[in-house]
Amino acid sequence: MEVSSDREYIYTSSELDQQEGQLIEEVKAGAVESIPDPDAWLDEEVKQNIMLSSVDAVLNWARKSSLWTAICFPACCAFEFIAAEGPRFDMSRFGMEILRASPRQADLMITAGTLTWKMAPVVWRIYNQMPEPKWVIAMGACAISGGIFRSSYNVVPGYNKIIPIDVYVPGCPPRPEALIYGVQMLQKKIAREHQILDLPQVLLKGKKE
Amino acid sequence: MTVALSGKDIAGRLEEKFPGSIEESGPDSLVVKSDSLLAVAGYLKDTGGLEFNFLNYITAVDYYSYFEVVYQMTSLKHNHSIVMKTRCYGRENPSVPSVISLWQAADFQEREIYDLMGIKFEGHPNLKRIFLWEGFQGHPLRKDYL
Repeated sequence: MEVSSDREYIYTSSELDQQEGQLIEEVKAGAVESIPDPDAWLDEEVKQNIMLSSVDAVLNWARKSSLWTAICFPACCAFEFIAAEGPRFDMSRFGMEILRASPRQADLMITAGTLTWKMAPVVWRIYNQMPEPKWVIAMGACAISGGIFRSSYNVVPGYNKIIPIDVYVPGCPPRPEALIYGVQMLQKKIAREHQILDLPQVLLKGKKE
Repeated sequence: MTVALSGKDIAGRLEEKFPGSIEESGPDSLVVKSDSLLAVAGYLKDTGGLEFNFLNYITAVDYYSYFEVVYQMTSLKHNHSIVMKTRCYGRENPSVPSVISLWQAADFQEREIYDLMGIKFEGHPNLKRIFLWEGFQGHPLRKDYL
């Protein structure tokens, strides 16, 4: 293809080719030995750092460190929950932030808000759809006791009338700090659980009878 | 801003068209007899110059001796609004004609009033409880509900 001669170029086509060739030669000259893997030291270090623990401690640590919350927020406490999720309070610092639209993938239910009797079967079903192990945090006055709506004809006086509650977070609504503290309390509770049967105790019970 | 029409102004025209249909008319509302509610509402909706083609809300008030159902309509064409009321007597079986044939928006609100006040809307195609469950005893927004 002819390039029109009335226009001036800084480099001619052959000069550009030569520059490219020089660059390739330079790279090639520097690429004699292969670069070592920067993470190669890890294997050696891991071999020197094996830690022994109990099954309970490991399972509890795993469970408490990644609590997945089911999306089930019937009323206004949800906004405090959203604030706690957001960048200002940032629950993800503690591994509590992930939300699941499907209760089948969740192990924590945060009951943020007033529950009406019309909604109660739905919440009950969501709770039943969550796989074991599962925990529930009652967030706010309405979740604990029905709050200011306790005497209403259509409000459930506390979620513990329909599902078991692990941690109660008071407030109307609770501040995001309070909610985060509540989840931390739940994490402490999870850390004390026993995942496997305590065999000696089972045997002892049999002996007593 | 939407101009709130005076009930008195419209009452004259309505009385002329439907004699004996207006129970009361004040500066801000119009009380219509429940027998002629549907005819009056249809007239307000379709007559040129009024054309209340948008139903803002329906609500109900319990005055012990009677229930009052309140309708607010707006004309989006002429940018004016009116408050129309109707009364129904008796606590056992109060009833008012449904305006769902004129404004579809009446559907859920009439069900809400039926649910919480116990006023029946004659001609409503699906009159059942909306907030409370089937089998709930009583109507909680009545003054005598405990």
